[in-house]
Parts: sequence; structure tokens; C-alpha cells
Amino acid sequence: MEFFHSVPRYRFMAVRKICYVISALIIVGSIAAEAIHGLNLAVDFTGGVVIEAAYTGTADLDGTRNALKSAGYSEVTVQNFGSSKDILVRLPPLGEKESPNAVTAKVESALQAVDASVQIRRTEVVGPQVGRELVVKGMQAMAITVLLILLYIAMRFRWKFGVGAVLATLHDPFVVIGVFALTGMTFDLTVLAAVLAVIGYSINETVVVFDRVRELFPVMRTETPEQVFDRAINETLSRTVITKVATLIVVVALYLFGGESLRGFGLALIVGIIAVTYSSMFVASGVALDLGSSHRDLMPSERATPIDDLP
Amino acid sequence: MNRYPLWKSLLFAGVMFLALMIALPNLFGQAPALQLSRKDGELFTGTTALTEVAATLSREHLDPDAAFVQGGRILLRFKDVPTQLRARDVIDAAAPDSYAIATTLASRAPDWIRKLGLKPMSLGLDLRGGIYLVYEVDVDGAVKQTLTRLERDYRLALREKKLQYESVEGGAGGVDVVFADVQTAAAAQKVLEGVDSNVTLAASTEGFAIHASLSPAQIKQRQDFAIQQNITALGNRVNALGVSEASVQRQGANRIAVQLPGVQDASEVIRLLGKTATLEVRLVSDAGNAMEAQATGHAPLGTKLYKDRNGRPVLLKRDVVVTGEQLTDATSSYQNGEPAVSVRLDARGGDEMLRTTQENLGKPMGIVFIEKERQLRDQDGQKVAVDVTKEQVISVASIRGVFSSQFQITGLTAREGQELAKLLRAGALAAPVYIVEQRLIGPSLGQDNIDKGIRALEIGSIALFLFMAVYYSLFGVIANFVLLCNVVLLTAFLSLFGAALTLPGIAGIMLTVGMAVDANILIYERIREEIRLGVSPQAAIKAGFEKAFSAIGDANVTTLIAGVVLWSFGTGPIKGFAVVLSVGILTTLFTALMGSRSVIGLFWGSKTAISRLPV
Repeated sequence: MEFFHSVPRYRFMAVRKICYVISALIIVGSIAAEAIHGLNLAVDFTGGVVIEAAYTGTADLDGTRNALKSAGYSEVTVQNFGSSKDILVRLPPLGEKESPNAVTAKVESALQAVDASVQIRRTEVVGPQVGRELVVKGMQAMAITVLLILLYIAMRFRWKFGVGAVLATLHDPFVVIGVFALTGMTFDLTVLAAVLAVIGYSINETVVVFDRVRELFPVMRTETPEQVFDRAINETLSRTVITKVATLIVVVALYLFGGESLRGFGLALIVGIIAVTYSSMFVASGVALDLGSSHRDLMPSERATPIDDLP
Repeated sequence: MNRYPLWKSLLFAGVMFLALMIALPNLFGQAPALQLSRKDGELFTGTTALTEVAATLSREHLDPDAAFVQGGRILLRFKDVPTQLRARDVIDAAAPDSYAIATTLASRAPDWIRKLGLKPMSLGLDLRGGIYLVYEVDVDGAVKQTLTRLERDYRLALREKKLQYESVEGGAGGVDVVFADVQTAAAAQKVLEGVDSNVTLAASTEGFAIHASLSPAQIKQRQDFAIQQNITALGNRVNALGVSEASVQRQGANRIAVQLPGVQDASEVIRLLGKTATLEVRLVSDAGNAMEAQATGHAPLGTKLYKDRNGRPVLLKRDVVVTGEQLTDATSSYQNGEPAVSVRLDARGGDEMLRTTQENLGKPMGIVFIEKERQLRDQDGQKVAVDVTKEQVISVASIRGVFSSQFQITGLTAREGQELAKLLRAGALAAPVYIVEQRLIGPSLGQDNIDKGIRALEIGSIALFLFMAVYYSLFGVIANFVLLCNVVLLTAFLSLFGAALTLPGIAGIMLTVGMAVDANILIYERIREEIRLGVSPQAAIKAGFEKAFSAIGDANVTTLIAGVVLWSFGTGPIKGFAVVLSVGILTTLFTALMGSRSVIGLFWGSKTAISRLPV
């Protein structure tokens, strides 16, 4: 089977300016979504208490809320989790004097008042200081990853390519985070891991296109750099599509069958892979091109070729 | 023409065979089990105890699926959790107090695999249930403790030398000592230097006051010591819980993470981990006979009866020389080539020790280790928590010379010395800790997670295999074989490193599969391109591998960078994911480049004329 029987001749680079605008809009939109809706950050980041419980029948959410309120927890959210029987209770971070054990015990007895045979499946108590540190660490990790990748690409290709790759890479997490802000899905530690994986994946994709550009420049001496980039993207297009289908098959399976704990992870990767496909083709190459990548950047050293001085 | 060197093919086959063996135990899954160890910490040697336990279980029709001695402990594997729990109660009832029983998981792998020493990956807390605790050590509190002790020692030293001071006050950065006149201050400086020479003393410009401060290195050392002390203490207490595969690890600058797989009663565990330990130094009594005291149960007046580590009776004086609160450090060392434990006391303890050793040269002295433990006891059918104090003489040695705040305990083996230093450090007053993170995962959620995770992995992989086989026909099947090799190799590595499999880890394996296939796709697309250009099949294969190589290399190195950074910054679930992702990239490079070439070389390598490639 073959989707592309011959190398297509799409003029990707012709629309790069439009793509910059789209990308800028996406980033602004993502920031706006985060500002308006806010990210539904998990206790991993905010600190607080999460209790997952399974009732024997359909969960009485209002009854549970009231039971918890009368137990002294006014700032409580109760929602279904996975099925109509399972619930997730969330409380704000504990004060200094409260012991994690006392709080979980109190919540448990409140839930038992609603349904005596309720089963506690998971309790998590995270101090606010842990969450704050995690946010800082996450940012640091992202910054260092981006910096190291910039250095590597600059070393293996040219700095112009490095800048293009990094800009495209930075673009992708925005898309993922924006989608999480819009859908209100919980952004937890595993989703953060997925976002960082998307960064790695994004670079992976960009490198494949750049590798082809590096290969084509010496053989396309008469064409413009724009034509070289277009040809590189077109020649790798088949591979790009097939790889995306392959990875998406796996990630969609994760999203659909991995259970509640892996759903966020799956979604982040699905969105990420789509964003990566776009950014590696349009943004990364576009920026490298507009920074003035030309034959001179990637030509093999002239001294290496012997001069033909025969008549 | 595309024949791959034989030694490379053989190397690949060899590595894969080894990997398959190492990964094999994972295929059988794990079942609930009980781990029995002897209460006295000794190891089971023969099979007498095993036969005894098996007979007990057999009477109740609770025969285990497997029973054997491993690493000096008895392991009993059962078919399900209810049987496991009933068996635990039966064993405990039949022989109360003879075994420490821990619930655990054991591999279902057949005997010959176990006898080869091969073990499956252990399951993380999110897959098997358990408790995860993060303690934060109050490192500033530890420094403050040091300053408070210094403040007390200064007062004592000045009073002893009859040097009048206005005030001795500990502040944030050190201790300030103020005097009425310059002469006293100057005289005092020498005295204060004698208390602790490591502390920096600075006279104020007017000369009336002396500021004592700890250097940044000292503060750092004190903080590290506080954390180390707590890790040791928590480690000892976790060991005492008898939970198999429990772990205590430093996390970041000032945190300690404790993982207790399979444990469900959080409040009980937290109480037990909070148990305290301390030590005392007492002189050995020469009044009366220890054996006699043990036989009659009456210790002579002014003495107290103890037992040493071997259970032999020891009579010590009632008067305490030094208590654990006065201990500041204990390290294992060597003295005259003999293993020893160097102990440091604070000034008060040092003075007391000096006086005692001067008066009792040549006489034996004992060190008592005291541990307060909370135990669950059956009382009228109800479980009641009782505080039990365990006192044990861990060392008796003759005083060979006069010493004060620093002394050595000798007459131990190197291992005993290290153990004692650890015990002493753990027993000493540790910096305050409090829980900043507490996670409890119920066993049913753990089972759910593993079932769903594995199902997603199976569905995703099968769908991907079908897609590859349809799109690339025989070459696709080869890619699938290479992918399988990749997963086997990855599993083998993770089993070998003793990494625990977590839910993010399963996600990492899936992502590795989804991304590893890219290497094969790059190669195959290249081969198709070459064929389109009219190149012969053999040359197309050769060119496909050669030209795809740089893209595969660069792409994987950049992803590896992301994986390694993620690993170094991450904690808990992120770390597990990062390990799988990073190792996965290495196995991908190996299998996609070496594996693919070996297999393709095997099929087409030696053929001279190929009309069409099944790609």
C-alpha cells in the first residue's frame, strides 16, 4: 500500500507568513484560554487533598457535598470520576496544624454516612510547598531542554536551524496547554510529562525535515532556498504522515483504553502530535528560511574538493 | 550485496536471546504472596520451618501455589488475596510471634526461572496499591538546634571559668555573647574557642561582644547530617515494619520519600514510623553477678539488668553517664587498623564523660540502645496499640584512657561498627520532620490501573502491527518483529536495573513503541524513494539504510536530551516515565539499525537478482 505514489509538489513555504499569523493567534489564544478559564491544575501542583471513592450504586453527588459541608469542608468539589459510581473529592491545601491523616479520616467517615459500604480507592494529600517547587522545576526542565536542543541543532546544522526548531518546539506546548484550559481536563504530573515528551517529539520531527534540507542544498545548486525547503518537506511528507498515523494509533489506544489515570496523558499526546506535525513543517522550516538559510550555510567545505586544473 | 557481517547478526541474536531470558519472568505476572522472616533477624537455613508452615496451611486447606526459601526468607505464593490473608492469620495463630509476616507479590514464573535468579520488574505503588509518604526535614530547625546547644555550652563554660557575662543569645546567624568589659571579653574568647574550635569567633569593634557563627560549610554539613540522620532513622523503622520492597530515599534538598507497597493502613504506619529511639551510656556494675540477677529476677541495689545483643545478661549502674540527647555525631572509622565508631558529644556530655573516665579508668562501660515502639496487641479480642520500650546493651568495653567529648568504641567487626554508627545516629535526636505529601492507592485501583494499562498497550500494539503489515507488507512484518525485539530489550533493561513498573512507565513503553516505528518508516520510505528513482532493489536497500541513518541519529539524540533532562528534574511518576523514554531510545537505535539490517540481510542479503521488494 502506498499513499503517495510520487513526490508531491506542494508549495509549503509560500504560505509560511500566514502560518506565522496562525501560530501567533494560537499562542495568544492559548494564553487567553488559560487566563479566562484557568488551567484545572491537579493537587500535584496546587497542593490539597484528593480522595477517590467508589460507591456501591450511583453516586449521590449532592448528598456527598452536603455531608462534607456539614463535616466542616465548605470549599469542596465533588465530581464523577470515570463512572457514575466513582467520585473524586477535592479539598484545598491543609493548614499548618492539620494532620493529613485526620482530614482523610474525617472525609472517609463523611462518605460512609452517605453510603456505608463506600470503598476508598485512593487518597492524596500534597502540601502547597511541594506543588510550588514542582512548577519551578517543570519550568527549569523545559528551559534546559530547549537550550540543550538549540545547542545540539546549532552544532549539527546551523544556528538558524536551531532557532527555527526551538521556536516550533515552544509553539507546541502552548497548543496542548490551551486545549487543557479549554476542555477543563485535569492537568497533572503525567500530563506535564506528556508535554515534555511532546517537546522531544517536536524536535524529532523538525530534525527529519532539516536533515533532508541539509542533504538537498548541495544537489540543488540552482534553486532558491525556498524551493529547497519545499522539496525537503515534500520528500519527507510520506514518512511524516505514516509516522504520525503509527504514533497516533498507539496514543489513541492509550486515550481510549488506558483508564481514567492515563486519559489526560493520551489527550496531551494526541493534541501534541497534531501540533507537532504542523509546526515542524511550517514554523521550523519557515523560520530557518526567513533567517536567511542558504546554500552557503550547508555546503560541504570548498577546500575538500580538488580543483580540476586539467585543460 | 546487502549481506550483513555475520558477527553483527550473531551479536544481535545473542543480545536478543539474553534479553528474552531476562524479560521472560515478566510474562508470567505476579500473584499475592506472604514473606516470612525470623523475628530475630536471622535467616532461615534448612527447610524445617518451611515444612512446618506448609503442614499448618495444609490442615486449613490453604495450600500455597508455591512455597520456597529465598534469601533466607520463606515465600508462599497464593492464588488470590483472600487466601493470602486467611493464610497469614492461620500462620500467626498457629505459631504466634515466631515469624514476621509481610504481604507481598511473587512472580508466577516456574521454578527454573527463579533458580536462575531472574526476577520480573517490581510493580510501582500505582499498580499494586500502597502508601507513599514524603517527609520534609526541618533543616533550619536542625541548625537552630545546633545553635541552641552552642548557646548552652557557652553559658556552662563561662560560668565554670567564673567569667561574668551580660548575655548569651542565639540569633539567626549565630550566638552573641556580650560582656561588661573588654578584658573579660578577651579572656572569654579563649574559653569559647575551647568549646568548639570549628566555630568562627569575631569580637565586635568595641570589644565588648563576641559573635560566634557557623560557616556556610558547617551549616550545610549540619543540614546534610540532619537529613542523613532522618533517612537512617526512617530506614530502620521501615525495616522493622517488615514490608517487602519498601524504600526510603532522599528526594531533592530536604525531603525523604518513603514507599510502602501493599500497605493500606496509613494512620498506623505513620505512627510506627514516628517511633523514637535514643541511647544511654552507663558504667558496668561490679556489685553482684549478672547471671544470678537474671536467674532470680532481682538486680542488686543501684543497678539495672540488661541484655546484650546475644541475649546475655549485663548489670549496669543506675546512674546515667550520658544520654542520647547529648550525642551530636557518630561515624564508623578505624583506629590502629581496628574498626571503631567515633562518637561526639556536646559540652555537657563531654564534661560528664571526662569526669567518669578519670574516676573509672580500666573499668568496663556499656552503651544501651533504647527504642520505643508501638505494637498492636490482641486484648480481649480487640487490637490495642501498646508502647513497648526495647532496651539492649549494644557494646561493653573497658575504659582505656581519659576522654571527654570525643571517643571511640572498639572491639567490633567493621560491619558491626558501621551498624552501630548508624544506630547511634538514628537514635540521636534528629531534626524535626513533617509529612508534606501522602498518597494512598487502594489495591483495587492498582489492579484496575494495571489491567487497563496493559490492555491499552495490547490494543495499541496490535493495531499498529496490522497497520504496518498492511502498509509495508513483508517489510512491515519485519518492522513489527523489530518492534517486538525493542519491547523485549526495553523490558529486559528495566528488569535488570530493578526499576519499578508504574503507570507512566507503561505509557512510556507505549510511546516508545509509537516512536520507534519511525526509524523503520524512515528507512522504508527511503528505500521506496530509491526504487522510484529506478535504482535496483539491492542498491535501494543499501541506500535506504545509509541515507536514513543521519536523520534517525539526530532525531533520537534530541529526544534523548529531552528524556535525560526530564529524568534529572523529575520526581516520582515523571522520573519513571523519563527512564523508560530514555532507555527506549537506546533500545530503538540498537534494534532498528542492527536488528532491521540483520533480518533484511537474512532475507535478501545474498540474493543476486530481486525483481521486486515487498516494501
